[in-house]
Amino acid sequence: MLFEVTSAVLDPQRLIDHVRKDESGAVALFSGVVRNENLGRRVLYLEYDSYQEMAERVMREIADEALARWPITDVGMQHRTGRLEIGEASLLVAVSAPHRKAAFEACHALVDRFKEVAPVWKKEVWEGGEEWIEGEAVNRSG
Amino acid sequence: MKARVRLFARLSELAGTREAEVEVGEGLTAGEVYRALCGRYPALSGLNGSIRYAVNGEYAEPGHPVGEGDEVALIPPVSGGSHAV
Repeated sequence: MLFEVTSAVLDPQRLIDHVRKDESGAVALFSGVVRNENLGRRVLYLEYDSYQEMAERVMREIADEALARWPITDVGMQHRTGRLEIGEASLLVAVSAPHRKAAFEACHALVDRFKEVAPVWKKEVWEGGEEWIEGEAVNRSG
Repeated sequence: MKARVRLFARLSELAGTREAEVEVGEGLTAGEVYRALCGRYPALSGLNGSIRYAVNGEYAEPGHPVGEGDEVALIPPVSGGSHAV
């Protein structure tokens, strides 16, 4: 298990290696990356803020839920904070399991759950403005 | 008799700080901590409906009690994970 909110560049292979066990036949990895447009705007970069201690605790709680629900062997989650450029990974979720079905399902559920409840926020910056993206709503501040 | 308050994202920009202390005296609720902060940072006012609270790192109702040494976080709507997927 590895749960981390960090300003360092995320390394997918390191997380895969961390969750893989000898009884694992599959490792599912989700990598959320910064794309160059949103709602028709050309995005320059994103800035992520988080309540680090709580976000890491939330990761642990939802991983425990997944471990109780699916036959999986391990879970790792990492989120990056600070300024992220186009193409950089903001979120990694890796799940190992004896078989792929449980790994895929648990990984998908963990990503959805994390986005619902984790205290992490992103600010979108484009030419001439910026705004914090808050759930469905958008609050203009630039 | 103070509690520590943490502010994030848009709320920290509106207040111009990421941390504050509030006097809790005989005890306040999380919602009352927010209202006390609005007096100090008027830009935070009017956000009552969109803020969630955490007390000592756990989501809590606005009526959750806050005492000395507690940490209260004002949580704007979350937007974590990958970019608007």
